[in-house]
Amino acid sequence: MVPNRPVGIVGYGAYVPRYRLPASEVARVWAGGRDEVPVREKSVPGLDEDVVTMSIEAARHAVARANIDPRLIRAVWVGSESHPYAVKPTSTIVAEALGAVPHTQAADWEFACKAGTEALQAAIGLVGSGMARYALSIGMDTAQGRPGDALEYTAAAGGAALLVGPAEESLATLNASYSYVTDTPDFWRRAEESYPSHGDRFTGEPAYFRHISAAGQHLMDALGAKAGDYRWAVFHQPNIKFPQRVAKMLGFSAEQIAPGLLVGDIGNVYAGSCIIGLTGILDVAQPGERILMVSYGSGAGSDAFDLTVTDRIEDSRDRAPLTQDYIRRRTQIDYATYTRYRHKLKT
Amino acid sequence: MELTRHWRLHNQRYSLVGEQCDRCGARLFPPRDVCPECAEPAQELFTFSGRGQVYSYSTVYSAPEGYQEYAPYSVALVQLEEGPMVTAQLTDLGDDKPEIGMPVEMVTRRLRADGDQGVIVYGYKFRKHVKDII
Ligand SMILES: [Zn+2]
Repeated sequence: MVPNRPVGIVGYGAYVPRYRLPASEVARVWAGGRDEVPVREKSVPGLDEDVVTMSIEAARHAVARANIDPRLIRAVWVGSESHPYAVKPTSTIVAEALGAVPHTQAADWEFACKAGTEALQAAIGLVGSGMARYALSIGMDTAQGRPGDALEYTAAAGGAALLVGPAEESLATLNASYSYVTDTPDFWRRAEESYPSHGDRFTGEPAYFRHISAAGQHLMDALGAKAGDYRWAVFHQPNIKFPQRVAKMLGFSAEQIAPGLLVGDIGNVYAGSCIIGLTGILDVAQPGERILMVSYGSGAGSDAFDLTVTDRIEDSRDRAPLTQDYIRRRTQIDYATYTRYRHKLKT
Repeated sequence: MELTRHWRLHNQRYSLVGEQCDRCGARLFPPRDVCPECAEPAQELFTFSGRGQVYSYSTVYSAPEGYQEYAPYSVALVQLEEGPMVTAQLTDLGDDKPEIGMPVEMVTRRLRADGDQGVIVYGYKFRKHVKDII
């Protein structure tokens, strides 16, 4: 898909909370220390953090990098599985804190882990049609796994904000995007439940691998591109192995996915997963470099994006903290502190 | 009444929007109707940078209702770069102890929630700069 008017990313911002729970702590408590762990550690939000506060911080960085008046933003869209309210949008609070209200759209998006890139597709459409000069898309989560479940090793907190605007103001222009969706029951959470359920321990072939490789391959074919034409690639990352394997399937090397593969240090941040990976790439990318990003959301579907970095990246990058700054800002906690921070104790 | 009050204070509480005096240039937070420096009425809105330093602080172990879940926590008097002094909670301290003179920046966080069914109140707190921690 290509919009009528050329668009791109004019600003980006990441957020990762300060606290980290090593996977070895989960294994110590639930598996006698003997489980093979899918990540090194995961990020854990502080007691006063949620998707609203984390989105506000990432969004402020995106606006700072774009260096625009927030009153020109015409949509604030937040994709998440962990909105703090069941009814009352996260996005209106974020828009108010940014100073983007009242002349704007605002809505919350849901599609498991691809809610953030779904919001990005919509922002591309809104700006690309000429209805808006700027539209803000955010993917942010404070994911929860049932205590002792395999997901508890990885369910983490973090995400990123991408501000879409005209191509001539962009630090990365959009070449094209593509989406691929089927009805696949691999992972779900019913409305009244705190924790999700999944089809089996790791839902690989019919879900993750099929959707990401199809979306990525269709987009590359449509553009006549091969893996070697891209400098960088980033895929949804529920653990370290899945994105490594899907990268290989599509022909990408370990080096091409390295700066965006953050899951080992922060865990699976769900709706924020591949877009925070993209911010890790934008933090190191040089003008002219081409990037492929493909998300995955259970249920199931993938959004694929083909971007080219412009020379605007160099001025905008240092207007906000780098993603690696947040990753290195790290305070390790134990399982007991984690149960308090994540409200797992009934009082 | 409570709900209306939260709503009216949004701008000032989410992002440190205060005022700048048209006559003497003084920056005011919280916003007032009249400049305390020169008594000029009608003030321009001004968004503070959010940067400042800890002027003094104290640690709360026995928290009032609505704040117990965060105890123990530190409350600081923060001197903003632009001059005014604000009182706010320090957050993201990890294992660090607050210090007088510590450079801090504003973040928007949950202040409290009215039980499991009430509204969640968000507002400014301060924390060490991200880069000062790594
Ligand atoms: Zn005055």
